[in-house]
Amino acid sequence: MRGRWPLAFWLGLFGLTWLLSAFSFQLSKTLDARWLLKYPKQWELPLEGAIKSFLDWLVEDANFGLFTFRDLTRAIAAVVEMPYQILRDLLIEGFSSGIGDAAVQIAPSLSWIAVITCATAIGHYARDWKLGALVGGCFLYLAVFGQWESAMITLSSVLVAVPIGAVGGLLLGIAAYRTPWFDRMMRPFLDLMQTVPVFAYLVPILILFGFGPVAALVATVIYAMPPMVRITVLALRGVPEEVIEAGRMAGCTRRQLMWKVLVPSATPSLMVGVNQVIMLTLNMVIIASMIGAGGLGFDVLAALRRLDIGGGIEAGLAIVVMAIALDRASQAFAERSQRARLSGNLVRRHPWSTTVFVVIAATLALGLVLPGVQSYPDRLTLTTGPFWGEAMKWINVNFFDTFEAIKVVILNWLLLPVKKFFGGIPWAWGILVMGLIAGRIGGWKLGLLAALLMGFIAATGLWPKAMVTIYLCGVSVLIATLIGIPLGIWAAERPGAGRVILGLMDTLQTLPSFVYLIPVVMLFRVGDFSAMVAVVLYALAPAVRYAAHGLRSVPEALIEAGTMSGCTRSQLLWRIKLPMAAPHLLLGLNQTIMLALSMLVITALVGTRDLGQEVYIALAKAQAGPGVVAGLSVAFIAIVADRIFNALAEGQKRRLGL
Amino acid sequence: MKYISVAAAALMTAFPAVAQDSSDPIKLTLHDWSGQLITTTLMGEVLKQAGHNVEYVQADYIAQFAGLKTGDLHVAMEIWETTGREAMDEAFATGNVINLGETGMQAIEEWWYPAYMADRCPGLPNWEALKDCADAFATPETAPMGRYLGGPVTWGGFDEERVEALELDFEVVHAGTDAALFAELEAAYQRQDPIILWIYSPHWAPAKYEGQYVEFPPYSPECYSDPSVGVNPNAAYDCGKPRGPIWKVAYKGVAEKWPNATKTIENFHITNDEMGKMVAEVDLNGKSVEETVAAWMDANKDTWSAWIVK
Repeated sequence: MRGRWPLAFWLGLFGLTWLLSAFSFQLSKTLDARWLLKYPKQWELPLEGAIKSFLDWLVEDANFGLFTFRDLTRAIAAVVEMPYQILRDLLIEGFSSGIGDAAVQIAPSLSWIAVITCATAIGHYARDWKLGALVGGCFLYLAVFGQWESAMITLSSVLVAVPIGAVGGLLLGIAAYRTPWFDRMMRPFLDLMQTVPVFAYLVPILILFGFGPVAALVATVIYAMPPMVRITVLALRGVPEEVIEAGRMAGCTRRQLMWKVLVPSATPSLMVGVNQVIMLTLNMVIIASMIGAGGLGFDVLAALRRLDIGGGIEAGLAIVVMAIALDRASQAFAERSQRARLSGNLVRRHPWSTTVFVVIAATLALGLVLPGVQSYPDRLTLTTGPFWGEAMKWINVNFFDTFEAIKVVILNWLLLPVKKFFGGIPWAWGILVMGLIAGRIGGWKLGLLAALLMGFIAATGLWPKAMVTIYLCGVSVLIATLIGIPLGIWAAERPGAGRVILGLMDTLQTLPSFVYLIPVVMLFRVGDFSAMVAVVLYALAPAVRYAAHGLRSVPEALIEAGTMSGCTRSQLLWRIKLPMAAPHLLLGLNQTIMLALSMLVITALVGTRDLGQEVYIALAKAQAGPGVVAGLSVAFIAIVADRIFNALAEGQKRRLGL
Repeated sequence: MKYISVAAAALMTAFPAVAQDSSDPIKLTLHDWSGQLITTTLMGEVLKQAGHNVEYVQADYIAQFAGLKTGDLHVAMEIWETTGREAMDEAFATGNVINLGETGMQAIEEWWYPAYMADRCPGLPNWEALKDCADAFATPETAPMGRYLGGPVTWGGFDEERVEALELDFEVVHAGTDAALFAELEAAYQRQDPIILWIYSPHWAPAKYEGQYVEFPPYSPECYSDPSVGVNPNAAYDCGKPRGPIWKVAYKGVAEKWPNATKTIENFHITNDEMGKMVAEVDLNGKSVEETVAAWMDANKDTWSAWIVK
């Protein structure tokens, strides 16, 4: 796909776009053609109304004969609610009979000691004592820092959402593996599930599934399931042909082949998918709490609403700690090899189950006498809250002027010119250029797709907002890459620094963005700059991680050859390692863009005027139509960017002969 | 909580004639600001004292109307005239949602400035002072115009129109949420930097920070609809923002299923002052909502027992 004049093509395209953008206003004035700048209202697709009437129909009239669609969703909600309520009772509330406040408690919940023992046991079972101590320690942290009650509520929703997401993903993945047309049909849906901002479909979900934790669980599953489907398909395809052959020779039926041969041999990869589901579920904790999930997410929101920065950080860190515990444990399960069975009597064979059982029984009995055994005593909790608030104040008072100066420079020299450039591009030319860029990189099919998707955005009247989204996303990604790739190189070259940097990135990604959104606003005021800082903080991680991974996976032999031919350190880096790592860097860039786009929806809470804001306003006003349309527009931008960068990475790989 | 439920059970057995209302729980909605949590918890505890079962459900302020219309949710304790009018009207029009009257609290929304700005812009709180000292409120991005931080776009408020109509040299910047709004206030207050922004009460901010609302020409419906009314004969919105009551609303089925509880809810009445004190207890002194409500109920037993209808 490389033309004869690649440089001339790109420069020409950019120059022309720049000219059109700079003079579009004059152009539309002299030609007296307002439609050049603004997409004419009468050409707009009446999509919002259509979506609204479709949803109204779905909620009120849709009917399968015996029952309505709404009955179906309510039935699903009831089925999901049952295990959730049982877990909640088990972990925190205690079992009781009767409704409302006339209820009488039958049995108390598990004590904090029992839950920590369980967690430790699971950690040890998954790998070894070290992991057991880590997982147990994480849970102990939750108790000591006074987050226990909320953490257990969050844990119960995670424990319900993850199995549904994982098993559902597995089944869909198997179906896709077996029937190619189903695979093809599902792919666009998976793309949309991952890229349409959750805010966009919260309203329809609330209407269909009712208010409360179940609606939040459904939204969480929709968001967290797609990676499991994709990984399942990949994992099943990756099972060696010989293994399948062996299964056939042994006379397996189709079902036996799947469940006794394919799935077990793909288990390690499948566990990676489960791990992804867990992490994404925890990502959703905050948004889920906005529609009634409660727990740690609600604590973060409530603390920030009263500007209790310390409280927000503590609850946020509790989410991080829980993520660490679940992540490490599930990774260990993925790597776990079968071990020899212990022999002896029941107690000898199951040392952990026995211990856990004994601890549960003992704390249950003791808890009736000593309340401190049942629930962690309040006066023993620690808090770092005031420290964070004071630290924030100190930074604000002493360094604000410095930040302000930096901000003004970046605003004037980077943000505003870029904003003006994108804002000026006439919509018709924008669609054409997008098609040309995509076509040049990935072939005419991709070009057509890109032009169509951008055309959709223009046709819904969201073009100006979409341009603000692209500008904010573009600038943030640029800065994240400029910071992230050097950090990644540093992490790859110096393993010691690498551990610290990658650990920091993990924390930044699991820490709910709300926690740093408010301090960012305090230091940079409401506006595009604050949004950009928040996006950069969130989207930095993949740039760093992929760069480090890419550099580390350059074949040893190539580096050896470079050293032999007398390369200096910097020559090694620039001439060998970086070009070889280019596909990884591009994939990292792709991920950075995806995260930036998903974060832009959150930064609407600071006050940006882009598609994210449209989605958020629709949510705040409970209007399903505009929310879905704006959400789809965000998704389309993400899909176009994703396809283009994947095509670039593929091209680079082919050139390197990988 | 458990003790209260035992007390409620005892009450129910003591007055068997009460059992006219359904024993199903009444679902009250909780939002994410402390004032509303206090109002709702207070109502819930009073209902429990009257022998009803109560369940609290977390729901979004506007999104909850979908639930109130279908009966998924039952009672919303704080719908502000200023921010909830549109949603209320739409819900009342369906016939499924009913108005249970005022809470007694009055919503105030207006431009507000911290006390230290009074020296830098003499003449405040009179709005005309803003004409001469817009530059005192300027930031590098807006200079020479002043910067006014408005609420989320969804709140409406017509501030762009107001600035235009009153010929103020201000640029309106919208915060995305009220958390962002108060974060900026907190930061500016710590540095004693210039700021003027949208504040509302009852809220903890006017209790925590010293400052005052700007006094615009008083609001009248005609001022919003008729350009010729007001200071500027050629423009509407040349006045302050409307003030109004905070309403209680409910699903229509509530009145049939729990007639006595409905009357109890209608009787609920509390003033801005009392509410302001409780909000400050929670947000500034770090007390829990339950503690604060229990303390108020201990101190005002006569007030709330008078609400109860049996």
